[in-house]
Amino acid sequence: MAIGVKVLERPIEQTSYLRATLKGMALTFKHMFSEKVTIQYPDQKWSLSPRWRGTHRMLTTEDGKAKCVACGLCPTVCPANCIKLVPGEDEKGNRYPLVFEIDEFRCIFCGYCQEVCPEEAIHVGRHYENSEYSREGFVYDLERLMAQTHPVCEMWDPADPKGE
Amino acid sequence: MVMPVFALLQAAPPQSMGIFIAATLVKMIVFFTIYMIGIAMLTLAERKVSAWMQDRHGPNRVGKGWLQPAADGLKNIMKEETYPDAAYTPLFILAPAMAFIPALVTWAVIPFGAPWDSSWGRIEMALAPLPIGFLFILALASLGVYGIVLAGWSSNNKYSLLGGLRSSAQMVSYEIAMGMATIPVLLLAGNVALNQVVEQQAAVAPLSWNAATCTIAWLIFLVAAFAETNRLPFDLPEAESELIAGYHSEYSAMKFSMFFIAEYGNMVTASALMATLFFGGWDIPFTAWDNVAPHTGMKTLLTTLFFFAKILFFVFFYMWIRWTLPRFRYDQLMALGWKVLLPVALTYIVIVAGAIIGLQIAGFAPASWQFNGALFGMNVLLVLVLFFVLDRGRIVSPAYSRLDPRHLERLREVTADRAAHQSLGRVAQGVRS
Repeated sequence: MAIGVKVLERPIEQTSYLRATLKGMALTFKHMFSEKVTIQYPDQKWSLSPRWRGTHRMLTTEDGKAKCVACGLCPTVCPANCIKLVPGEDEKGNRYPLVFEIDEFRCIFCGYCQEVCPEEAIHVGRHYENSEYSREGFVYDLERLMAQTHPVCEMWDPADPKGE
Repeated sequence: MVMPVFALLQAAPPQSMGIFIAATLVKMIVFFTIYMIGIAMLTLAERKVSAWMQDRHGPNRVGKGWLQPAADGLKNIMKEETYPDAAYTPLFILAPAMAFIPALVTWAVIPFGAPWDSSWGRIEMALAPLPIGFLFILALASLGVYGIVLAGWSSNNKYSLLGGLRSSAQMVSYEIAMGMATIPVLLLAGNVALNQVVEQQAAVAPLSWNAATCTIAWLIFLVAAFAETNRLPFDLPEAESELIAGYHSEYSAMKFSMFFIAEYGNMVTASALMATLFFGGWDIPFTAWDNVAPHTGMKTLLTTLFFFAKILFFVFFYMWIRWTLPRFRYDQLMALGWKVLLPVALTYIVIVAGAIIGLQIAGFAPASWQFNGALFGMNVLLVLVLFFVLDRGRIVSPAYSRLDPRHLERLREVTADRAAHQSLGRVAQGVRS
């Protein structure tokens, strides 16, 4: 025992090992019958928050075209630099994306692209199960982004900060 | 395995040799099968109990969880066996078997049911009903340490060796307390044959169970059995945080799982011993019909089931403690063994011996309820003393235990002296330079 160490004078019921053991055993036994907290993952799923920012999705117009007008805001705002956009122009002078790719590996799911998009075209979605066998599989092209069907993220609203 | 077979032949069979050998063979095969499957299921039980205590579900995928032991076994058999370059191979291979065999062989002498008067004569429900059953168990219990020590030594790895050393120190220390704790039982039974111990406890069960008449001895035996089987809170030989995995760090595949089989085998054996020595063996409490003739097959079956129920309870108790108490510090472990359990056990022998003599002089028959009731009353008193007087930070010393004032004074003097010497030395150095 070192010198100068403060020795606490504890009451007897706190220094008793046997009584503390019995108390501990009562606690663990009680827990045997309490409700289990595990979610049996592939069978049961956690309900996602409406603000969950997961796999991207490109929304489409009624005639099945991407809403994107290739304005270039999302690759500019993207902090992870994961959006590749090559703009094109049709004969009427409407801009559309020739190439629109998102690297889901580089993405940090900040949701800035959705926030900045003037056409409400690109969205982050309430979806997270996106495993692939190769790295290349994580680069989603425009077709794939349009084919996603999951619900999209509701962004944080300053007027309703708690989402009520 | 030579010794128990030899002992089998020594244990003078009442019927013809042929029937005796046939019955023993059948008992061995049936028992071994149940034992091994039981151990496999215990690995599942441990995971389930641990899960429940932590509010989880536990394994529930392979065949709703029931086939998990089979899946684990299959995986371990198919895995690659690795041998460290520096390991001493013969002992490295021998050690897992050495850990398991004593636990298995101990079972040879434990009576697990009422004898059966079959049409071929009486068949004892123990593989080898030795007249010296209890001494045989004590002899084998001390062999159990070899597996772990040899594993630690032959791995040629410092962590393994430390684990092996710890386990040898721990087992040797607690074996003494364990042996001493069983002496009151033998005093009451007046014999070392285990079926005598069971018979004596059956008198006015459960009041005459040794757990009631020698409660303190049972508590000591319980703690020592935890230490002997290297279960938490005494699993210092494999303390992960300090020794990786202790003695089985270097083992892989089936040899690794052999140590687990050994651990669970030891648990079952220790539970069976506890049931036999302190909880009436195969005796069914509150009834007397199970101890008297005629010894039908149904009676044997029921008492055997009851015995296994008792074992299962103690196995559950082991798991319960494991998920309740954290691991001891090494000095706490040694202090508990030598400074608490051993003196308490020795004192208790004297107390019980005195009480038995006193009660016999007073004229109570050892099988009467007055005799056992008086002992039980004494034990209730002693347990209260243990819980409320003795156990004040003395049984397991906490980090904040009190320091004796005299001790503190002496330590202060020592440091004052040392400080004075150091300052003198500094002055001398200053003069020189």
